[in-house]
Amino acid sequence: MLEIKNLHVEIEGKEILKGVNLKLEKGKVHALMGPNGSGKSTLANVVMGHPKYTITKGEILLDGQSINELSPDERAKKGLFLSFQYPSEVDGATISTFLRQALNSSRKARGEEPISVLDFHNLLKEKLRLLNTEESFAERYLNQGFSGGEKKKSEILQLAILNPGIAILDETDSGTDIDALKVIADNINKVMGENKIVLIITHYKRILEHVKPDKLSILINGKIALEGNAELVDQLEEKGYGWIEED
Amino acid sequence: MSDLQIVPPSLEEQEVIEINRENYDHYNEERLTYKAEPGLTEELARKISSDKGEPKWMLNKRLTALRVFKEKELPKWGPDLSNLDLSKIIYYMKPDAKKNANSIGEIPEDIRKTYEKLGIPKAEREYLGGSGFQYESESVYHNLKKELADKGVVFLDMDEAVQKYPEKVKKYFMTNCVPINLHKFSALHAAVWSGGTFIYIPKNVKVDIPLQAYFRMNAKKGGQFEHTLIIVDEGAEVHYIEGCSAPQYTENSLHAGCVEIHVMKNARARYSSIENWSKNTYNLNTKRAVVHENGVMEWINGNAGSAITMLYPCSVLLGENAKTDYIGIAYAGEGQYQDTGCKVYHLAPNTSSSVLSKGISIDGGISSYRGIVDIKKGAVNSKSNVRCDGLMLDNKSKALTTPSMDVHENDVKVAHEAAVGKVEEDQLFYLMSRGLSEDEAIKLIVAGYIEPLIKELPMEYAVELNRLIELEIENSVC
Ligand SMILES: Nc1ncnc2c1ncn2[C@@H]1O[C@H](COP(=O)(O)OP(=O)(O)O)[C@@H](O)[C@H]1O
Ligand SMILES: [Mg+2]
Repeated sequence: MLEIKNLHVEIEGKEILKGVNLKLEKGKVHALMGPNGSGKSTLANVVMGHPKYTITKGEILLDGQSINELSPDERAKKGLFLSFQYPSEVDGATISTFLRQALNSSRKARGEEPISVLDFHNLLKEKLRLLNTEESFAERYLNQGFSGGEKKKSEILQLAILNPGIAILDETDSGTDIDALKVIADNINKVMGENKIVLIITHYKRILEHVKPDKLSILINGKIALEGNAELVDQLEEKGYGWIEED
Repeated sequence: MSDLQIVPPSLEEQEVIEINRENYDHYNEERLTYKAEPGLTEELARKISSDKGEPKWMLNKRLTALRVFKEKELPKWGPDLSNLDLSKIIYYMKPDAKKNANSIGEIPEDIRKTYEKLGIPKAEREYLGGSGFQYESESVYHNLKKELADKGVVFLDMDEAVQKYPEKVKKYFMTNCVPINLHKFSALHAAVWSGGTFIYIPKNVKVDIPLQAYFRMNAKKGGQFEHTLIIVDEGAEVHYIEGCSAPQYTENSLHAGCVEIHVMKNARARYSSIENWSKNTYNLNTKRAVVHENGVMEWINGNAGSAITMLYPCSVLLGENAKTDYIGIAYAGEGQYQDTGCKVYHLAPNTSSSVLSKGISIDGGISSYRGIVDIKKGAVNSKSNVRCDGLMLDNKSKALTTPSMDVHENDVKVAHEAAVGKVEEDQLFYLMSRGLSEDEAIKLIVAGYIEPLIKELPMEYAVELNRLIELEIENSVC
């Protein structure tokens, strides 16, 4: 279980998260929604360990243990994965080179041998096929010059290869057309089976039609303002967030 | 080189190559048969010349150079050289070893161990056509494959070439390529030069495996002033590799080598070097090529060591259709200032040049590109393409680019791009969130950054350079 307890977070002296409480359980799909600027990406980045944010109060607990002090790579080795809203670009490093290295570092953390070149190649091929993507995609430089949609595809390919225990997907649906969204959602469902934790951060209802959430939380102005089940999504679609803030 | 295979190294190959810092940094006890007093005097220039039994004209050259050296001032631009005390440097040291042994067994044990640690015998067995090893001021080993010697290829220590090929040396040694009065350090070099390489490739002979020389400084406060003279006759081809290193001391040492390359009509030369001097070395080096009609000159220049490097390999495109390519990479860590770049003079019609340079700086290091492309009046239809980038791995470091273009002809095509960037926190976070350590993330970013350049290199060279940079990053991060 990933539990966020009374989390307060600052950036450059400005408080963005003001006491967030959230419980993410194994085998459950969780959705997080909220207006622009409410702090959703901040929360995702802080859980992954971005150094630019300061936790002033509260805990992030993974199976009961605080991970507040862990570096991003240590968190990755504990099974955390973040699909970025705005993934970085790395010129000159191919997706396949990078992914093999990333996979091997998590295998090493689990005490496993590095994957052979051949096995990796086959794994990559299989995952690319599931994404309806040509093999040449993995030989492109990591996100370099990618369109918004390609970047999201790259994130999901990484998710599929690394096969993490906990996935936080920050606006993975934005910038993708309907067909691509369906493919992405299918892949998320495939990778994130039983015993895994998924947090989908989104603005829109459409991804949640493909990846059904068990629970929905709404973040407004740095705090969880409301929690509910999947039906809450329709209400939001109709009425926006204004009515929650008034309550 | 047209028929040299260029294969980018794969990760697997990189992992098996073991280069470690100790191999460069270890030092031997001094065993010399002669060690000059510190400082540069006329007496010393005469002593070097008489030791080598040089003809009169070479002695005169040394003495003239000494006068020029005294008159010339230090450069007023670039890195600060005020900490370099030229009067404390030891300009001439003869190791206790046979000169130009041609079997490894004849090299004294301590020097041989260094030679082996640097991986040279293996390289010689596997991919070199000839190999030379200079220790302090003298060449202790020189060997050329018989089939190349049979074709008339000459590959000698420069001292020996003065004796065996006096006409060629007299005609080409510091005359029209690097004149002794080019600058203060070319004059210093001419006054006290010792050892180095002489290569002559006869007409239409294509040497398809590289010839290599390795220059090693061992003693404290030492200086090395090897001279390399390469003549690639009409229609001939050669690839020459130079490597250099020195152990780390607290006192400064000085390297002021000189490389002159004459690329004749329809000939091709590739010169590659990885300079890995210790971080107390002033590396003030001069390299120049004169390229005749249809000739091709390729420079591959890697700089990872030294305190200060000032090095601007230069191609003078003298004949029509002459062409030059330059690939440069410089790595500046703590306390290092790498000031390097390429100079090209276009003096004839249809000449072309291409320059690709990448600087990396970390831990307060400064990496600076300083180059010039000068297209003279009459060099119609010439082309030049310059790209120089700098990458800073942290906030303390600096990357500078000062490319300049001097174009005196209208009918030409020139393009020039410079980009300076920094490793972003977001980029590191992104890679680390996938499980890479900070060290691995930086290495990946750097490897990606230099990738366009690495893929242009011959494999052995690319592997060594990659590994060297990884080592430097490992020493800097954490
Ligand atoms: N580097 C920064 N400096 C100051 N404020 C920031 C910085 N980054 C984000 N913010 C602010 O933090 C708030 C939350 O942003 P974010 O977490 O991206 O929201 P969301 O993902 O919900 O749209 C916004 O008001 C944003 O302006
Ligand atoms: Mg966001």
